[in-house]
Amino acid sequence: MDLYREEILEHYRNPRNQGKISKPSTKAHVGNPLCGDTMDMELIINKKNGKDIVSDISFKSDGCAISTATGSMLTEKVKGMTLTEIEKLTKDDVLKLLGMDLMPNRLKCALISLEVLQKAVVDWRSNAKIKIHM
Amino acid sequence: MITVQKIRIDFPILKRKIHGNNLIYFDNAATSQKPKQVLEAMDDYYLHHNANINRGVHLLGEESTELYEKSRETIASFIHAPKPEEIIFTRNSTEAINLVAYAWGRVNISEGDEIITTMMEHHSNIVPWQILASEKKAKLLFIPFDKDGQLDLEWLKNHITHKTKIVTIVHISNALGTINDVAKISNIVKQINPNTLVLIDGSQSVPHIAIDVQKLHCDLFAFTGHKMLGPMGIGVLWGKEKILNSMPPFLGGGDMIREVFLDHSTWNNLPEKFEAGTPNVAGAVGLAAAIDYLTHIGMENIRKHEVELTDYLLKQLLTMKGISIIGPKEAEKRGGLVAFSVDKIHAHDVAQMLDQEGIAVRSGHHCTMPLHSCLGLTATTRVSFNLYNTKEEVDYFVKTLKKVQSTFGV
Repeated sequence: MDLYREEILEHYRNPRNQGKISKPSTKAHVGNPLCGDTMDMELIINKKNGKDIVSDISFKSDGCAISTATGSMLTEKVKGMTLTEIEKLTKDDVLKLLGMDLMPNRLKCALISLEVLQKAVVDWRSNAKIKIHM
Repeated sequence: MITVQKIRIDFPILKRKIHGNNLIYFDNAATSQKPKQVLEAMDDYYLHHNANINRGVHLLGEESTELYEKSRETIASFIHAPKPEEIIFTRNSTEAINLVAYAWGRVNISEGDEIITTMMEHHSNIVPWQILASEKKAKLLFIPFDKDGQLDLEWLKNHITHKTKIVTIVHISNALGTINDVAKISNIVKQINPNTLVLIDGSQSVPHIAIDVQKLHCDLFAFTGHKMLGPMGIGVLWGKEKILNSMPPFLGGGDMIREVFLDHSTWNNLPEKFEAGTPNVAGAVGLAAAIDYLTHIGMENIRKHEVELTDYLLKQLLTMKGISIIGPKEAEKRGGLVAFSVDKIHAHDVAQMLDQEGIAVRSGHHCTMPLHSCLGLTATTRVSFNLYNTKEEVDYFVKTLKKVQSTFGV
């Protein structure tokens, strides 16, 4: 299957959810110095029906088409999701978004956005715990 | 003159289909493909002559030892080493360089001593020296290069002192393609400090140009089998007999000893002193068969063919918008490889799209992070040729590269 099908290229050329968020609840950064792929994400987390949800999210990517396109698709998908749902996301969910299997060499590119996202959630959780204990 | 079509028949893997396309193998700097003559020689060894060397009085042991030592002679002849005993078999170039760092470096480097290498080296010729320098509190210095990928030899002249113990240089850069005039460099070094050890990394040169280690005036020379049509798992360190004799062993164990007592052992002569344990005899046999193959075609013919291909590629790349090559712009001044960046398209994406058309290139930093850092790049895409590549393959590559650019809208 053509890896660079039109949908992926579209998300690369016009990635969604770009730009800075004012007063983000949490943020994270991941970089792969070997290939130059880096990604930053900012999240706004609110309570809705007693659950913590991501009400807004933005990302900034400096990397290849796969990592940028996945970042764009993933941030679209998780808007409105609960943190618990986000924590349960796996590499297979990401590959489903892309619509294909990837060879190990490129898998890392696709998984960068999931890594940043889940890192941001982990950071928010541990900060929230600290606030409770204070 | 080489007849490429005849040569290609000797390499069965070139018939492979990749995603439904003919394979265009442009990743020879990473590893070369093997002709069936090499594979048959290795099979023949295991099928008919396999036994451990040096040990047996039995016939198989004798045959195995003879094949191993004959391979050593073939390699010595190929690089014009004065004696076969000066050829040490290793696993690869990396191990050969580490051998020098550990065996020579450990006893000869002290605090405040200096080791000089270059900004364009492969990690295998940087990291062992970093480890040694750190252990011994020695200084590691790097010869800079200019925008055409040429080493600053004035800088070198100004930085050799009585404390300079080792100068180690890559012969042909695997990223820039620069061919360093290592004979000139060796002479410069020896003129200022005759005691400085000169080690050359010939990983990208031995496979593609004729080598005479005596004319290079260096002390030690490392290269690897798998980049020169030979198998993986076999490399060579050549060293002047005087130098190798002055060094303590690298690995300890069987074969490299003469006698073993409980409280001490005595060392064997060259080359065994540096070949502990059961060697890769089949690998040595394969490498010798690869050398026979290369010699039969002629290194000058191979070089001529690769210069033509590189020139053909360079002339096209230099006219394309958005393509920036690194290293010398003239084919005669470089090895048969070209690394480049594409505006607005990541090297991984370039390589991936080329792969979908059956074209194998490498993308990344090619184990030269300092070099790429120097150039302000994180990753480049690299095409590297061998004797079995063709102009038609270059045409298809250029056509596909243009398609990559248009697909990304650049």
